[in-house]
Amino acid sequence: MFSRDTWREIFTTIRKNKLRTFLSGFTVALGILIFITLYGMGNGLLNTFNEFFGDDATNVLYVFPGRTTIPYKGYKSNRTIEFENSDLTDIEETFPMFVEHISPRIFRTATVTFGEESNDYTTIGVDWGQQFAEKTIIMRGRYINQRDVEEKTRNAVIGRLVEVDLFEGRTSIGKFIDIGGSVFKVVGVFQDDGGDNEERQIYIPYTTRQLIEKNTDKIGQIVIQFKPELGYTGAMALERNLTRFMKEKKFISPDDQNGFFIRNVAEQLKQNQDFAGVLQLIVTIVAFGTIIAGIIGISNIMVYVVKERTKEIGIRKAIGATPLKVISTILLESVFITTVSGFSGMLLGVALLNWIGDRLKDDYFITNPFISIGVAIFATLLLIIFGGIAGYVPARRAARIKPIVALRDE
Amino acid sequence: MIEIKDLHKSYQMGSNSLHVLKGINFNVKEGELVAIMGSSGSGKSTLLNILGMLDVADSGEYYLDGIPIKNLNETKAANYRNKFLGFIFQSFNLINYKTALENVALPLYYQGVGRKERQEKSMRYLEQVGLKEWSHHLPSELSGGQKQRVAVARAMVAEPKVLLADELTGALDSKTSYEVMDLIQQINDQGNTILVVTHEDDIAHMCKRIVHLRDGVIVEDKKIEQVRASEYVQ
Repeated sequence: MFSRDTWREIFTTIRKNKLRTFLSGFTVALGILIFITLYGMGNGLLNTFNEFFGDDATNVLYVFPGRTTIPYKGYKSNRTIEFENSDLTDIEETFPMFVEHISPRIFRTATVTFGEESNDYTTIGVDWGQQFAEKTIIMRGRYINQRDVEEKTRNAVIGRLVEVDLFEGRTSIGKFIDIGGSVFKVVGVFQDDGGDNEERQIYIPYTTRQLIEKNTDKIGQIVIQFKPELGYTGAMALERNLTRFMKEKKFISPDDQNGFFIRNVAEQLKQNQDFAGVLQLIVTIVAFGTIIAGIIGISNIMVYVVKERTKEIGIRKAIGATPLKVISTILLESVFITTVSGFSGMLLGVALLNWIGDRLKDDYFITNPFISIGVAIFATLLLIIFGGIAGYVPARRAARIKPIVALRDE
Repeated sequence: MIEIKDLHKSYQMGSNSLHVLKGINFNVKEGELVAIMGSSGSGKSTLLNILGMLDVADSGEYYLDGIPIKNLNETKAANYRNKFLGFIFQSFNLINYKTALENVALPLYYQGVGRKERQEKSMRYLEQVGLKEWSHHLPSELSGGQKQRVAVARAMVAEPKVLLADELTGALDSKTSYEVMDLIQQINDQGNTILVVTHEDDIAHMCKRIVHLRDGVIVEDKKIEQVRASEYVQ
């Protein structure tokens, strides 16, 4: 069945029937090419998506102050809520099971000067735990540490672009800058994947910020890092309990939605993951649609090919070809063509994806499209197998037709 | 060589049944050249197809070289056809994408003969039908007579016991017909058994025996004085 003669016979047939060979080969190659390209593009889209939303830590709750809208316990509505240092310790003591680290954030815009250069930047008063919440990466020097916070030092960590703006390439570590009238020493430079805005910020100890502002104990926002093992449901439970606790402490009506706000990254993360899941689902459906279209295409061609060869089959049978021989020759031929063209299409598709790389990133949000080699080979084999089945059925029928009937076919 | 007893065959045409062969009894000895004649619808092609195992009879006995031909599955029939029979068709039935040589070699391929021997033997038979120079031409590059001679070579190459020809001159002009018949007579002279189905009188008279079929029965079976086709060929 697999003798050299059989193959020679098959190659002769392939060579002499170029249109037929081209049609079936082209269908398979194109099907696989489109499948791989689509699937890879989908993965590229997911890459971009993850890049957008994968920046900040996922086990973080942000608490923002707001204004009340409902009078409660003798307080009028439209009262501004403020957080203070005691809130930090209270939360930490009330939810020890949940909270890993809690830190305040005080946002102030300030004019920052070094030598001749001067610019407005956002300064953020933080404590040492903030670095993990924002996934800030220290390039040189260090972050704000516990000693800075406790001793209210005048140390600052500046963003990469702040250094670029003010120091013009010279090193900034150990230099003194003027932040809104107070002199700070640069102890570190950071970068952040969150984008240019986040690299134009300056971190200082929040206690220092409070000292500058007449030793106030007010803080802007509260950032709570909860234990990652809590998961999504734990985070949601913490959010509920925290809301109840804070409303009670700040005398806010339980029905008031505006006293303060909690941004739960876990919730957003879940939404993002759901969105990415839907994206993945659509990509998969489209890709399998392509494969099914390819299977239907190759099936049609196989039926046509066998139909076209009915007379030839009759001749071969009249001069002594057994049904097995007829079927095996037709099948080997079709499987050979689909295998060669299928894998060519596959390689072409993978090469195309590699070539695309980051070219479509800026305009089409497709980063590094790729397909795992397993999926690519699976799809190719699927097409080959179904091409074989689609060829086998009509080939078997043709081999069963009596030779005289087949010979009458014109 | 061929022995047929009480052969019946009918075709189902919707609800009607068409009784084509109504009890044929018929023997052919080795080396005979027999013409089967009859108008269209007389059952002559059906008889030939059954003899060639391309079709199956409803009842009756058929012995080919002493072997009973019955209950054949497709594989067995294919092997018998390959070993015992050579076919020549009215419409030549060459495979159009294969050269003359490849067409002739095909029965040997299905016998499992090696490639080299296949080509040598096929070339020898092509030479015998006078087409050695045309061996690498496609059927589309050959004339009708040349195509039929390729078909004759293909039928002969496996050295079958019986050669079956169905209206082999039907698609040819009379001059070419006589050339092909001359070839058939030469092959017969070498001792081969040949059955020719035809409705042309002159072709039938170039055989040695004429069997007349009418409405599914043999009405006449006579030996005749053979007319040599070479008389008409320059």
